[in-house]
Amino acid sequence: MSPQRPIEIILLRQWASHMATPIWIAGTRGELLYYNEPAEGLLGKRFDEAGQMRLRDLPKIFETTTPEGKPISEADLPLGRALRERQPSHLRVRITALDGKSRLLDITAVPLLVQGGAYLGAMAMFWEAEP
Amino acid sequence: MKVTLLGSRGSFPHIGPQMVRYGGNTSCVEVIGDDGTVIILDAGTGLRNAPSALDSSVKRMDILLTHFHIDHLQGLGFFAPLFNPGMEVHIWGPPSTMMTLHRRLARYLSPPLFPVCIRDFTCKLVLHDAPRKTIGLGGLQVTCDLVCHPGPTMGYRVTDGRSSLAYLPDHEVALGACHFPDEPEWTSGLKLAQGADLLIHDSQYDEAEYAERIGWGHSTPQQSALFADEAGAKRLLTFHHDPNHDDESVDGLVAEAVTVANGVVVQGGAEGMVFELPAA
Repeated sequence: MSPQRPIEIILLRQWASHMATPIWIAGTRGELLYYNEPAEGLLGKRFDEAGQMRLRDLPKIFETTTPEGKPISEADLPLGRALRERQPSHLRVRITALDGKSRLLDITAVPLLVQGGAYLGAMAMFWEAEP
Repeated sequence: MKVTLLGSRGSFPHIGPQMVRYGGNTSCVEVIGDDGTVIILDAGTGLRNAPSALDSSVKRMDILLTHFHIDHLQGLGFFAPLFNPGMEVHIWGPPSTMMTLHRRLARYLSPPLFPVCIRDFTCKLVLHDAPRKTIGLGGLQVTCDLVCHPGPTMGYRVTDGRSSLAYLPDHEVALGACHFPDEPEWTSGLKLAQGADLLIHDSQYDEAEYAERIGWGHSTPQQSALFADEAGAKRLLTFHHDPNHDDESVDGLVAEAVTVANGVVVQGGAEGMVFELPAA
């Protein structure tokens, strides 16, 4: 039996599953915990089909560049920075996902710091800048 | 250890001829360790009847509050040991980054809601934020963790090394798991309840009521039974009965829970029930 996740992560997923904004939740080592249905649209893959995935696997799913086309490593994406620095991070990027479409996205990521000082990972929200 | 149910009603104390078997007092359970350690889980209106309050050999007790909804606090102002200078009372509650435990308790224990203030308690009073880990209280070990209910709410697991009690009186177990009960890692409270000899669990609503009150923080007896089975608990006591459910209704809900319990012993938690753990 898989160990039970902290209540904050359970409730965060519950909340994210009701949001229209694409949301990605990662654990402390960048492992994928959940992304919601709107994020499935961006990634081109259903969460149930995603399986084990880490932040470093993202380049296999989509190509990420600056809006001008310069490559960005996954570590410099907001989620990577929020995980590494435990600070909020924001960036506008261009991604090309599995469906081959290029999208300009604003990404905001925040570390998940909970009562008692525990650190549980980070959450990223995505906004399409050019719908 | 000895476990005594002092109040099993949820939300609001309700006394009446149709409620005499399960009782009308709100959440309170007394746990006595083999070495005499006294732990009281929640301070609902049942607290007044705690046998340990009348035992002159008891010099210390620990009251573990799951949260600060009034049905879990209302007994405090009427609890004799708090007014006994020879008694040491420790009160534990879920932590907050915004307010001390004293301030949160004082919201109820002060005018205009109540005439007595915390400073009027004459016992030696020690307040603690319950940490999210296992703590030792005398001969008992208590694991504290947050569970799914509006506002920070603790569940507790008490063990004496030979047996275990899990206490989750206010818990919406189905809320976090998209496919409850088939997602153990997304099931709130599972770690606390794992393999418990006795699981006392929120069973406030019937299935129709729950459908209209998703997000209010409570479960149904059937959900409790599925959760007990998922956790491998040996015995489930349904608890926090809705004030509108009379004895006959609770009997019916327990019977429904038994049908999905997959062999877990299910009983309606009734005021006055006493369990010796491990069972003989």
